[in-house]
Amino acid sequence: MNTYTEKIRELASNLLREGKVDLVIGFKEGTVPMATAPGIARTPEEAEGFVWDVNCSLNLTNYLTNKKEKIGIIAKGCDSRSIVNHIIENKISRDQLHIIGVPCTGMVDKNKIRGLFEDEITEFKEEGDAILVKTAAKELTIEKQDYLRGNCQTCMHRNPVIHDDLVAEPVVEQELEDPFKDVKAIEAMDADEKWNHFENLLSGCIRCYACRNACPLCYCPTCFVDESNPQWVGKGQDPTDIRTFHFLRAYHCAGRCTDCGACEDACPMDIKVRDFTRKLVKDSFEIYGWEAGLTLDQRPPLDTFKPEDPDEFIK
Amino acid sequence: MDNPYMPYPVRIDDIEIATEDKSLKTFKFVFLNKEDEEKFSYQAGQFAELSIPGVGEIPIGIASSPVEKGFVKFTVFKTGVVTSHLHNMKVGDIMGIRGPLGNWYPWDKLEGKNVVIIGGGFAFTTLRSSIIYMLDPANRSKFGTIDVVYGARSPGMLLYRDELFEWEQRDDINMHITVDGTDDPDWKYNVGFVPTIVEQKAPKADPDTYAIVCGPPIMIKFTQPALEKLGYGEEQIIMSLENRMKCGIGMCGRCNIGKELVCKDGPVFTLKEINLTPKEY
Amino acid sequence: MKVIKIDKNDWTRGIDKSRETYQLFGPVTDKNQSVFKQLGKEAYPEMGRTDTIMSPKSVLFPQTEKILTASLDESVENHHIMQMPETDTTPRAAIGIRPYDAKAVQLVKLNFDTPEYRDTYWCDAYEATTFVGLAVNKPSATDFSTSMGSGPFAEEGLDILLVDLEDHYLAKVLTPKGEAFLDGAGFNGVADTDASLKTIEGMKQAAEAAITTKVPTDKLKDKTILDLHSAPFWDDLAFSCINCGTCTFVCPTCWCFDIQDETKGKSTSRFRNWDSCMSPLFTKHGSGHNPRGEKTQRVRQRFMHKLKYFLDKYDQGSMCVGCGRCVEKCPVNIDIRSICNTMNSYEPQK
Repeated sequence: MNTYTEKIRELASNLLREGKVDLVIGFKEGTVPMATAPGIARTPEEAEGFVWDVNCSLNLTNYLTNKKEKIGIIAKGCDSRSIVNHIIENKISRDQLHIIGVPCTGMVDKNKIRGLFEDEITEFKEEGDAILVKTAAKELTIEKQDYLRGNCQTCMHRNPVIHDDLVAEPVVEQELEDPFKDVKAIEAMDADEKWNHFENLLSGCIRCYACRNACPLCYCPTCFVDESNPQWVGKGQDPTDIRTFHFLRAYHCAGRCTDCGACEDACPMDIKVRDFTRKLVKDSFEIYGWEAGLTLDQRPPLDTFKPEDPDEFIK
Repeated sequence: MDNPYMPYPVRIDDIEIATEDKSLKTFKFVFLNKEDEEKFSYQAGQFAELSIPGVGEIPIGIASSPVEKGFVKFTVFKTGVVTSHLHNMKVGDIMGIRGPLGNWYPWDKLEGKNVVIIGGGFAFTTLRSSIIYMLDPANRSKFGTIDVVYGARSPGMLLYRDELFEWEQRDDINMHITVDGTDDPDWKYNVGFVPTIVEQKAPKADPDTYAIVCGPPIMIKFTQPALEKLGYGEEQIIMSLENRMKCGIGMCGRCNIGKELVCKDGPVFTLKEINLTPKEY
Repeated sequence: MKVIKIDKNDWTRGIDKSRETYQLFGPVTDKNQSVFKQLGKEAYPEMGRTDTIMSPKSVLFPQTEKILTASLDESVENHHIMQMPETDTTPRAAIGIRPYDAKAVQLVKLNFDTPEYRDTYWCDAYEATTFVGLAVNKPSATDFSTSMGSGPFAEEGLDILLVDLEDHYLAKVLTPKGEAFLDGAGFNGVADTDASLKTIEGMKQAAEAAITTKVPTDKLKDKTILDLHSAPFWDDLAFSCINCGTCTFVCPTCWCFDIQDETKGKSTSRFRNWDSCMSPLFTKHGSGHNPRGEKTQRVRQRFMHKLKYFLDKYDQGSMCVGCGRCVEKCPVNIDIRSICNTMNSYEPQK
C-alpha cells in the first residue's frame, strides 16, 4: 500500500469517526486492471476501502453537484480547481466541504499503455515511479512519466489550490517551456488541415455523452442536446449534429475548464475531446490572464465585465 | 406482415375546441384509403400514434367508439412539440395514424357485469369510447347497471359536454358529473373531487361490479382508497396507464413497468397486475 | 456435420470471392479502437482483433437508421404520406462475430420479431445475414459468457463456427446458410469430420476452462420483481454512475431506440436512433413528470431489465451474454458481474 492510500484512509476515517462529515467521496479499488471506482464511505470501516494510484483520473467534483450533506472529498490539483468552480457557481458551499488534498504527480494515459500490447493487460502494479504491466504474452516495466495523460503533462497546478488537509507535502510544480504547444500546432494548420483534423477527431463518436457526464462543469439540469422544445440539434449520427454537440459543449466550458481530463478518460472511443477545450483554456489565459478555479475571490472573466476588457464589441 | 411503423394516411375532417381554455381539441380523421379503416379495427380502450411527418408521433387514446363508423376521433391536450403542432393544423391537412395499439378494457369479462366508469380531466377519451360502445343498442343488454363519475376543474373543462348532458337524461346510465368548483349559479350537478364523489355516489362493491379508472396520477392515487373503502377488490379495479412511448409496439424499451410494457401489455391493467409491478408510471 | 478446412493462405481470396454475393461486415480498427462495421472494398476482417469495443449489433440495427420518408411539398402527389425508403436486403455476412455476440442477436430477436409485430427493418436485415463466427481461443479476463448461457465455442445463432488453428481455420458448417457462404467463397476443402470435431472439442474445453469468472444467476428466477426492485443496495450501486450511455451503446443486447423526424427543405425523414435508459429524457412525460427521474431508478432499470424482467418475460435466461464490454468500458467501473452477484444472493427481509 502506498503512503497516499494510507494517509487518505486515515484522514477519511478520522473525519467520519469525529462526525465532521456525513460521508467521504474517494476512489475504491477497481475490478479490472487500471480501473478505480468512485465510491463513498459513510463509516470509518468503509473508508478503509479507499485507494490512491495513477488511475484515479476521474474528477470527483462531479459527485458534489447540489448535494446537501457535509462531505469529505479527495481532490488532486485539477479536482480542487473544479471544486472552486462549483463553489463560485453556487453548486455547493465551502462550509459543506472538507477537502482532503492530494499533491499529484500525474495520472496515466490508459489507452497509451494498452497500445503497448497486442493482448489485454492482466496485471498493473505501481512501484515508485515505475509501473509493471503484464499481459499473458509479455511483461514490461515502464516509467510513469512517459505515460502521463496529455493534461497531466501540461499541468501547472499539481497541488490542490484549496484544501483542509494534505495527504503529503506539496510536490514541485512543473516548469514548462510552453504549455500550449498542442494548441498552437492546431492553430498553425490551414483551414483544410483543421477541417480534416477535427473531422477525423470526431469520426468515432457514438454520442454516449460520457465526456459530458464525466465533466464536473456539465451539470445543467437539461443539456442543450436533450432539449426537445426547441430542439437545437438532431439526435442521430449526422456528422453536423455530432460536431454541434462537441463545439457547443466546449464553448460552454470556456473560462471554466480546468483541463482535468475527465472527458477524455471517460470516452470509450478514445477521442481527444480536449482538442476543443484546450483552445479555450489558452484563449482565457491569453485574453484575460485567467486560469479557471484558482481562487474563490474573483469572478470568472465570462461572467463579469470590466472597462479594460480587450474586446471592443460590448462597449 | 405489414410494417408496424408505417402510418395510415388520414385527412383531418373536423376540429372542435373541446374545453373553454382551448387546451384541448377534438380531431376527427378520415382515412384516405377506405381499406385502411377496416384494418384500423379497434376496441374501446386502445390508443394510436398520431403521426405528423416532419414533426413526430404522439400516443393518444382513441376517443371515438368502435360502433361509430367512417371516422376516428382523438381529443388532444396541447403540451409538447407534436401536440402543439397538431393544434395549429387545419381541416383538410394530411397526416398519419398508426394503430390501433395496446390492449383494451376487458369487454369479454365485463359482459353481464355492472360497470362503474371513473374519469378525471382530459383522461376521459377512451372512457367516452367505452360509454358509447356500451350504450349502443346492440350492446346495452350485455351489461348491468352503468355508473359514470366524471369530474373536471370547472364546467367549461368537461369534455364532450353535449353528450354528458344527453346521457344525464337517460335512464339506462347513472351519471355523476362533478367539478372541483364553479361560480355558475345554474350548475345543477356535483361539486367536489372525483374520489369524494366516488365514495358518495358509486355503487358498493359486489362480485359483479367492476370499476374502470382513467385519470391523472393524483386522481388515481386518491380514487384507489375510495374504491377499496367501497369494498372493490384489486381484480375489480381496472386502470389505464400512461407512460412516455415512441414505438407503441413494445420494442423501443422506455414505457415498461417491471416486465410489462405499457404500450403493448397495457395500457389497461387490473390493480392486481399493477400491484405486482414497480410503480414506474 | 460437415467441417471445412480453410488454409489461411486462401482466406483473402475466399473473402474477395464472397464479396460477389455478400456485403461483408467485420472487425476493423478505427483510430486504434476495434469496431464491427461494414468493410470497404479493400478491407478485410481483422481476425486477430475480434473482441471489438462496439458490438456487431449495428449490422442489423444501425445507430441511426432511416425508416420512413415523406415530402412536405403540398404541390406534389402523396405529400405528407410516409413511404418506405429503399432498403438493402441483399445478402450480408458478419465475419468473425464472436459466439456471445451471435447469442445476443438471438436475444434481441425476441424483441424485434414477436407474434404480434415484426420489426421490418431488423428482421429483414437478420434474414439477409449469414453469421460466420470465430471461436474464442483465449477468453479475456472480463469474459463471463459461460455463466450467461453462451461460451467461447457456443454455436447458438451462428451459421458457421470458425476455429483458428494458427495456419488454418476449421469451419463447422451449422446451417444451409453457412454452407452457401462457404460455397460462395470457394472454401470447399472438406476436413475429416471426426478428427476435426475432436480437435475442436479439446480446444473448446480448454477455452471454457480459461474462463474463471463464474457469475451465479440461479436464484434470480425465484425472487419476485418487487423484492429485487425494493432491495436496499441500489443507491450504493448507482452512486458512482455518471449516467452516460456507454454501457448501453457497447452492449450487444441493448436494443432501446428513439424515433425522430428530421426535415431538410421540403423533404422529411423519420429516423430511429439508439437510445439509452441511462438518459433521464428516455422516460420523461410531456407533463414533466418522470417515472425514472432519479439516477438510481435508471441504473436499477438497466440491471433489472437485463437480469430479471427479461428472464421473467421470456424464460430464456438473462439479457446479458457475458461479453464483458460494459465492464471494460464503464468510466466508473460499474461491474455487472458483481451486481448480478448482489442480486442473485439477495435475501429479502420477510
